[in-house]
Amino acid sequence: MKIIVNGEGVESGAATLADLLVDLGHGGAAVATAVNEGFVPATARPTCPLRPGDRVEIVAPRQGG
Amino acid sequence: MPVFYGTEIASALMLGTALYPSPAILAEAFRRSGAGVATVSLRREAGGGREGQDFWALIRDLGVRVLPNTAGCHSVREAVTTAHMAREVFGTDWIKLEVIGHADTLQPDPFGLVEAARILGDEGFRVFPYCTEDLVLCDRLLRAGCGVLMPWGAPIGTGRGLMNPYGLRSLRAHFPDVPLVVDAGIGLPSHAAQAMEMGFDAVLLNTAVARAGDPAAMALAFARAIEAGALARAADPMEPRDMAAPSTPLLGQAVLA
Repeated sequence: MKIIVNGEGVESGAATLADLLVDLGHGGAAVATAVNEGFVPATARPTCPLRPGDRVEIVAPRQGG
Repeated sequence: MPVFYGTEIASALMLGTALYPSPAILAEAFRRSGAGVATVSLRREAGGGREGQDFWALIRDLGVRVLPNTAGCHSVREAVTTAHMAREVFGTDWIKLEVIGHADTLQPDPFGLVEAARILGDEGFRVFPYCTEDLVLCDRLLRAGCGVLMPWGAPIGTGRGLMNPYGLRSLRAHFPDVPLVVDAGIGLPSHAAQAMEMGFDAVLLNTAVARAGDPAAMALAFARAIEAGALARAADPMEPRDMAAPSTPLLGQAVLA
């Protein structure tokens, strides 16, 4: 299925958000996630299903003022 | 030293982590500044990317308190969602709340700011609102649960200093027991000293240090200016007056004319 990850189209077979993070190489990295503009806590990723067209955001620490 | 939500900070200088020429210079600037708080953000991370993880390791090594921001958010929903993401990643309920209302000036949206502050306060966040010096807005933020106010000195990144000293003094006078931080617009150590002389509890800045020719030296200059300003405030400065008043005694002056 095709989903949108950080604004880019991605072909993915991941059933859940947790699976997607592993597939993309985020593993145990310090990242936060949202699906369709809604925050998904790390504890909820294994039970967060992904569907075609879902918009996923994956963010990490960055410099800020 | 400033106390935010019951936590005392070792320095009245709060320093941003953006725009430095290199991570090593960022770390050296923090070391020289003695800053007690570092502001950070969240941005998209590519799959397998290390940038965010390496940056986070660098910040943790600084040993300072972290204050995540919601920079770039123009809506309440964006800001609230970003705050939740930040709380999870950075492991703190402190959030520098930015809800931008104008793209050119980066002026806060006062209506969205109050709404987001109320939502986040109800959800257990300790909100540090980036706001204007508008007295009514600040009052509403306090009533929404904020325990700190962070009015701008001037628009972000301009380095123009305290554009409305009267408004900032009014805030200090009206809210004598609320921790106040000048956030944004500081360009020179003298601006930071001025804020401290007014009785502000802390100063938050980034560009003035990061974009200096020698960021580490400028960080030290800010630290000393802030210390000087705080000492001056505690020493109870004289009142200015319009007419000259000789400091040398007139009594006993020889008549030579």
